[in-house]
Amino acid sequence: MADNLLEIRDLVVEYHTDDAIIHAVNGVNLNVKKGETIGLVGETGAGKTTIARSILRILQTPPAKFCGGNIILNGEDIMNKSEKEMRRIRGNKISMIFQDPMTALNPIEKVGFQIAEAIGLHNKITKSEAERRACDMLEMVGIPMERFGEYPHQFSGGMKQRVVIAMALACNPELLLADEPTTALDVTIQAQVLEMMQSLKENLGTSVILITHDLGVVADICDSVAVIYAGSIVEYGTAEHIFDNPSHPYTVGLFNSLPKLNSTEPRLKPIKGLMPDPTNLPKGCAFCERCPKAADGCAAGAPAVLEIEPGHFVKCLNPGGDD
Amino acid sequence: MSALLEVRNLKKYFKTGGGALHAVDDISFTLDEGKTLGVVGESGCGKTTLGRAILHLLDITSGQVFYEGRDITNPNKSELKAIREKMQIIFQDPFSSLNPRMSVSEAIMEPLLLQGKLSKADIMSEVRVLMDTVGIAERFENSYPHELDGGRRQRIGIARALSLKPKFIVCDEPVSALDVSIQAQIINLMLDLQAERGLAYMFVTHDLSVVKYISDDIMVMYLGQSVEKAPSDELFSNPLHPYTKALLSAIPVPDIHNKTKRIIMQGEITSPINPKPGCRFMARCQHASEECANPQTLFESSPNHFVACCKYKEINKE
Repeated sequence: MADNLLEIRDLVVEYHTDDAIIHAVNGVNLNVKKGETIGLVGETGAGKTTIARSILRILQTPPAKFCGGNIILNGEDIMNKSEKEMRRIRGNKISMIFQDPMTALNPIEKVGFQIAEAIGLHNKITKSEAERRACDMLEMVGIPMERFGEYPHQFSGGMKQRVVIAMALACNPELLLADEPTTALDVTIQAQVLEMMQSLKENLGTSVILITHDLGVVADICDSVAVIYAGSIVEYGTAEHIFDNPSHPYTVGLFNSLPKLNSTEPRLKPIKGLMPDPTNLPKGCAFCERCPKAADGCAAGAPAVLEIEPGHFVKCLNPGGDD
Repeated sequence: MSALLEVRNLKKYFKTGGGALHAVDDISFTLDEGKTLGVVGESGCGKTTLGRAILHLLDITSGQVFYEGRDITNPNKSELKAIREKMQIIFQDPFSSLNPRMSVSEAIMEPLLLQGKLSKADIMSEVRVLMDTVGIAERFENSYPHELDGGRRQRIGIARALSLKPKFIVCDEPVSALDVSIQAQIINLMLDLQAERGLAYMFVTHDLSVVKYISDDIMVMYLGQSVEKAPSDELFSNPLHPYTKALLSAIPVPDIHNKTKRIIMQGEITSPINPKPGCRFMARCQHASEECANPQTLFESSPNHFVACCKYKEINKE
């Protein structure tokens, strides 16, 4: 497909430790179109961050091991690239916003230099030109360029995250991986950062993979949504599909677990139990044990992916909401 | 009848190189048995300090705390021990608030051993009861915290807090480190315990949807001060203070059709060191004018709804 910027096909990633093999990503397929914002939603340990790091190939190997699959950017398989070629892609074509702005910046470098460094590495320009562009980037994310020469500790959490975003966008990447970009921030600052990401996306046409566990954030800025459970995508569709017609019992459970601002229900409806141990995943559906709709066939083998309406895919034998 | 807990004009200042940091500045509230007070605000607004000051984990700069009508502001050592049996805390981070070298049963047992009222055998049976109450299976008795997930660890924290049969518990962001599906399990557990035992909670959080769900009353804090206090539903349906309005509008709602218009605040929380006497929210407030530089006091706009904003009538006219 010509309009797919990124295609992930059957990606399998494991972590090999002395004790066990952790099945972190188990056959993930995902397409990202140009200019699209796609939300990856799931709990801690579902494999969201591993997928993002696989795309940049920044997983530490070992313990991580790619056991299969392809990641295709603009028609070229990233898995076959040399380390040298990868360095030209990272920060240039694909860049990443890390979760914690407090640790993502170098504490002993001025923030302006940290942005200019990325620009200088990927473009044949003079140092002063790189610095001038870094100043532009700071202004774009709403930080006055007079603060170019300040250090990260002089910035607040929200400002630091803007610096990280400025750095990630400095080379006009085609794909931005945002790993929980607002989780460490207060709601009011989160609102500022989301607003900014939204307008940047509109102005620059960047594709974004937004990793989050917050369905509210997804509702805010995502065009499509992939729900991940135990290393595989259990439901995929447009934001309308997922929010209006959540069909995998896990997705339904996630929505029910949220305290709603406008409901008066006396009790929350949590998903019972816990995520399965990723060193010892069940043979059948990984959600089977916690699933209110589990039937006989569920534990026998991995369910196939069904297209329940055009563009809306569910990996479940028995899809549909319970209301 | 006096309230279970009353806090009057509580202040907690920290000395810093740059001057006094006003972490908690003149907070008053009362809390009845079986009720929950939600305390919300951004990081650095003093909500955690408030909880710790009430429990005497921090010394109070000035103000008074009453428990069942008795002044417990300056207790001696034995009084303090007695008070702490009645007032407990659940900490935010179940990953760092448990001793990694204590097994589940040892951790739950510790408060009972320190209390020294029960025999060893009674303590063991009490631990089993507590584990059952908070929903930890008996097979985890000898497990260590690193072997457990966040939800189970937080259950241990709850069991420890419950072990001395307190009446008042400070819950300091008890669910913010947990995934939503686990968060819902813990919130339901806390609500059940409250209904069974008539516990009073002071629920400190920055998650507004959780706080609405669990609280009877909500206090909104900004830079150490209470800017608005009202019954939960009233606060959400009729917020009066511009900060509360902005805070509520900033919550991302998991609904793609009803997008509310966000009030994007300019700037960030200012420094709590030697603050100016006027409204502390002034620098970020779109309605600010000269009169806001005067000290603000809480004003009862309707029964039980308090707001500290001199312009609230004007702002909320339309």
